[in-house]
Amino acid sequence: MSRIQKRFDQLKAENRAALVTFIMAGDPDRAACQAVLNGLPAAGADLIELGMPFTDPMADGLAIQLAGQRALAAGGSLKATLELVAAFRKTDQETPIILMGYYNPIYAWGPEKFAADAALAGVDGLIIVDLPPEEAGELVPYLRAAAMDFIVLTTPTSDDSRLPVVLANASGFVYYVSIAGVTGTGSATQTAIAEAVARIHRHTDLPVCVGFGIRTPDQAAEVARAAEGAVVGSAIVSVLAEQGPAQALALVESLAAGVRAARK
Amino acid sequence: MQSLNTYRAGPDERGHFGIFGGRYVAETLMPLILEVEKAYASAKADPAFEAEFRELLAQYVGRPNPLYFARRLTEAFGGAKIFLKREDLNHTGAHKINNCIGQILLARRMGKKRIIAETGAGQHGVATATVCALFGLQCVIYMGSTDIERQMPNVYRMKLLGAEVKPVTSGAATLKDAMNDALRDWVSNVHDTYYLIGTVAGPHPYPAMVRDFQSVIGEEVRVQILAQEGRLPDSLVACIGGGSNAMGLFHPFLDEPSVRIIGVEAAGHGLDKLHAASLTGGKPGVLHGNRTYLLQDADGQIAEAHSISAGLDYPGIGPEHSWLHDSGRVEYVSIKDDEAVQAFQHCTRLEGIIPALESSHAIAHAAKIAPALPKDHLMVINLSGRGDKDVSTIAKALGDIHLGGLV
Ligand SMILES: Cc1ncc(COP(=O)(O)O)c(C=O)c1O
Repeated sequence: MSRIQKRFDQLKAENRAALVTFIMAGDPDRAACQAVLNGLPAAGADLIELGMPFTDPMADGLAIQLAGQRALAAGGSLKATLELVAAFRKTDQETPIILMGYYNPIYAWGPEKFAADAALAGVDGLIIVDLPPEEAGELVPYLRAAAMDFIVLTTPTSDDSRLPVVLANASGFVYYVSIAGVTGTGSATQTAIAEAVARIHRHTDLPVCVGFGIRTPDQAAEVARAAEGAVVGSAIVSVLAEQGPAQALALVESLAAGVRAARK
Repeated sequence: MQSLNTYRAGPDERGHFGIFGGRYVAETLMPLILEVEKAYASAKADPAFEAEFRELLAQYVGRPNPLYFARRLTEAFGGAKIFLKREDLNHTGAHKINNCIGQILLARRMGKKRIIAETGAGQHGVATATVCALFGLQCVIYMGSTDIERQMPNVYRMKLLGAEVKPVTSGAATLKDAMNDALRDWVSNVHDTYYLIGTVAGPHPYPAMVRDFQSVIGEEVRVQILAQEGRLPDSLVACIGGGSNAMGLFHPFLDEPSVRIIGVEAAGHGLDKLHAASLTGGKPGVLHGNRTYLLQDADGQIAEAHSISAGLDYPGIGPEHSWLHDSGRVEYVSIKDDEAVQAFQHCTRLEGIIPALESSHAIAHAAKIAPALPKDHLMVINLSGRGDKDVSTIAKALGDIHLGGLV
């Protein structure tokens, strides 16, 4: 059984949702990023999304754009990203890691080889922002062969006719992007999120994690009542940039407390 | 390389030209991209849409513009007979307006109220602001702050036309970065906004749609050269940023084997230094919605391009050009900043026509090859735009001594 599936089974048994945390690989530099990454599980992260830095992050707002620029300036690359994961796996065999980013660095690596290399490093799944189902055929078979999950993005624009097309490739969990927008901007209402998650569940049994616009423990708790997971990215990335690793991990602890209290 | 029966059949139904093209966009945009595709297919089949497009091209843009025999350039080059397709005489001063007329009619047909666009040289921004004024639609233009500085007259024109110009400061603050921010805006405003892309790039159907609207250039050239010279041209030369003026000129001639077709990229400071020649110096990758040749490093990070000409300063190229490159039908060459500046001066002094710095790249390449060609060789250069916008860049490039010589 995959780490992702195992983790969601376990959370289901505990009757709680997952806290999914996003940081950018190599931000602010490799050593500091490794320390934060290694500290995330103890701070309460149930799954980890690790951003693959890219020069042109077209679906990201300022916080994550800047994180990518810091990472690249400090020597970040796809190779360095896999090395961060491999080092993390020396001490943690349980926490799922999902790489999130854009397709070109993977295409440059070679999709087939990358799937194998990422699996070897200990990556559990990929989220590729600019690879919709229309183009995903050039990557997904290689992920399957490497026993990795392809986590699809569904959005407020994915209506009932579009959802089956998007979900056809899905495994692991389904990411619901709760606003039509870039990362780190507005937040959706609780009602809208609950409706959307229910709608997605009419099409799939996979867990649904909701992201975009979740910044506080209260917001995370609200989402944790409606979905199988709450994803927090820009807020953590901003605190890491402005206040440092200790404060970023402290934020993760408070978010985790929010998520864990939500269904009790 | 094997030659095909036709080079004009692409893209396939998924928007691919061979391995190039496609729809590599965020899921949030996919339903909208599919809607644009459907709307364009229905517009294309609607004679009323075509009639309105042609009417506006005639009455508003001023088409057909001349295919002008450039006698003094011909004499100076001393070989091929040089013709200039005068896109600079269009309303707003460049070929960009052809595409804007087509897409604004489509946006109106789709019921969109807000138009966004990216611009490099500002010619596409001006053309977009113009058609938005004409149709009473809200207009937001993304423009890199580097380009705002070097194309100031166009920034004022856009503002006068009622557009909001949003400066983009990320990256090198040029066309690529403007396109990133335009895509971010679109993701955030999917419900009321139409993205009016200015070149033959972006996700399907844009490369094919923009090509179709710009093909009026080549269609006119065919009629004009047959009337003026009684036969097809021997060669076509056009500059390439994203590749829309070039594709507009080339496409109607792709299946004429006797016509030699040459696209001119910007070699900036030189191919071993900073440049914008994606086909010559790049490799296939995925950016801004399509797979195409891109300037990038081994990690797949996109490189900063450089060209003195803001409209060519882009690390990618339209996917159909990538396909025409690999299939061997079109030759792609490159011209450096200083060569373009020299051609700019030549054209200005000899013909009394101030060409855009973009178009000057095409003239510069013609200057290289025309002398060795026979006197009955008919060469058509796309004069894609006028150069008024570039006067301050030229003054800076020539410096005081040369400028003294100019006045
Ligand atoms: C006059 C002119 N020519 C050419 C270009 C390059 O664009 P494309 O390659 O799409 O024709 C521009 C772009 O701004 C332009 O203004």
